[in-house]
Amino acid sequence: MRNNEIKTLEEKARIIRKHIVEMIYNAGSGHPGGSLSAADILTALYFKVMRHDPKNPRWEDRDRFILSKGHAAPALYAALAESGYFPVNELLTLRKLGSRLQGHPDMRKFPGIEASTGSEGQGLSIGIGASLYAKLNRKLYRVYVMIGDGENDCGQIWEAAMSASHFKTDNLTVILDRNGLQLDGATREIMGIEPLSDKWKAFGWKVIEINGHSFREILNAFDHAKNVKGKPTIIIAHTVKGKGVSFMEGNVSFHGKPPNREEYEQAMKELG
Amino acid sequence: MWKKESQRTAFAEALVELGSRRKDVVVLTADLSSSVKTNKFAARFPEHHFNIGISEQNMMSIAAGLAGSGSRVFASTFAVFATSRVYDQIRQSIAWPKLNVNIVATHAGITVGGDGASHQMLEDIALMCSLPNMTVIVPCDALETKKAVKSAVDYNGPTYIRLGRSEVPTITKEKTPFKIGKATVMKKGKDITLIGTGIMASQCLLAADELEKEKIDATVINMSTIKPVDKKTVIKYAKETGAVVTAEEHNIIGGLGSTVSSVLSENIPVPMKRIGIPDIFGESGNSEELMEKYGLTSENIVKAAHDVMKRRGVERT
Repeated sequence: MRNNEIKTLEEKARIIRKHIVEMIYNAGSGHPGGSLSAADILTALYFKVMRHDPKNPRWEDRDRFILSKGHAAPALYAALAESGYFPVNELLTLRKLGSRLQGHPDMRKFPGIEASTGSEGQGLSIGIGASLYAKLNRKLYRVYVMIGDGENDCGQIWEAAMSASHFKTDNLTVILDRNGLQLDGATREIMGIEPLSDKWKAFGWKVIEINGHSFREILNAFDHAKNVKGKPTIIIAHTVKGKGVSFMEGNVSFHGKPPNREEYEQAMKELG
Repeated sequence: MWKKESQRTAFAEALVELGSRRKDVVVLTADLSSSVKTNKFAARFPEHHFNIGISEQNMMSIAAGLAGSGSRVFASTFAVFATSRVYDQIRQSIAWPKLNVNIVATHAGITVGGDGASHQMLEDIALMCSLPNMTVIVPCDALETKKAVKSAVDYNGPTYIRLGRSEVPTITKEKTPFKIGKATVMKKGKDITLIGTGIMASQCLLAADELEKEKIDATVINMSTIKPVDKKTVIKYAKETGAVVTAEEHNIIGGLGSTVSSVLSENIPVPMKRIGIPDIFGESGNSEELMEKYGLTSENIVKAAHDVMKRRGVERT
């Protein structure tokens, strides 16, 4: 049964990648690299893993997703639109005056956005808040937080890492989008964050490492995380920045730069 | 004279009262529960109290996550750690999305005393007032602290409630009305308006007594909300008296004085003088000595009153 399911997800991810490229091209600014690297994981979350209802976005028992790396907003917006939270044609209003699709996610603009993010390093703590609320009020929802690898430079991430395991937030799963690049270059050159797996283990987390572009591995990891008791789980997802567009893959210059017309056309052709 | 009482104890009592009648209140602190006195709440409602350790940035964003989910959150620590250390977390996680997080900052101002400059927060009002969506409350005494905390719980959007470390004179009564955004006129007079906030409201009342001996009849306003400031009351009494003195235990820049002077200059430019800390860091000493050294006294308010009345002129239209 999983083979068919995986095919459907791969097709959804392809559409989401096309939205990402189109939105950013149309906006004339934005962050294609980190949106494309996150696309498969977001597709898995919104189309398979999370319990949510686009027709009832404030459903109390919904699973929550918080995009701590807020600059990947186009990927989140595309996943929400494809899920039915708002019309797909609204995606092209990204970053335009009066749009609900702000450059970075604004939870006040529409339901489905669970947290206002954009200043690196804060989303994990916000997720801990949502997770503590669930425990306090005997709610069974799960909380998913996606952080970037560059965010591991932030002190607050480690404050949060320590407290999540202290409070035994086993309803919390973090996905670390390990694409290896940050604005100024390769993460290993800007700030040494390895050994990441050992660090998170030392902070009391269950650590799972996967290929972040293999739906089989992504789905298995989320299934596994649901069954971990007494501690939070982090999925270190090895990804490729700019995944799906040949000339953006592993190219740091597309961290925060839109494609020009030629690049846009080629990207759309490659994505089919 | 007035009884001296602790604002922190009042805060603790208000929290316990709130906790006993509603289940949505959650209290956070950062390794200071015995100093900010959330330990009283923790003893009664342990499940609803989270000690986040010495990680205030984490605490503020956790507060945002809880509030976004439906909790009414009180996050409490010393004023230095509740503002400048976490300004970005408050801005991004709390104020921008307008979440119901009440930041209760204790140990504000120079009266912290012996701990010295590192712990004497004198810029917090300025920082919090500059944030859109933020409401800034500086209760003048223990009774008003209780009322502020109880009003804040259902207030729409974040609040910053500023409290001192030491006991302060109780100048209000149980039945004194309190409303966020509304000033309290403590005394009405026709010659000059004295506006105080926090501990300086009582100094304004003392100054009014001194002025009365010289047959100067002062209005005294307790400005417990700095933002949004009660413009109507400021304008009304500025018009009636034609001269204003403000007094606060805060940097002269960006606090009560700055706020009132903006209201006056745009609406009714009358002579005014600001009493406050003259844009410097504090130092160790006991509270009274420090208040004296930095001119946070009724004597200084009286002097300022003479000064502005002279500038206004004796003859008034």
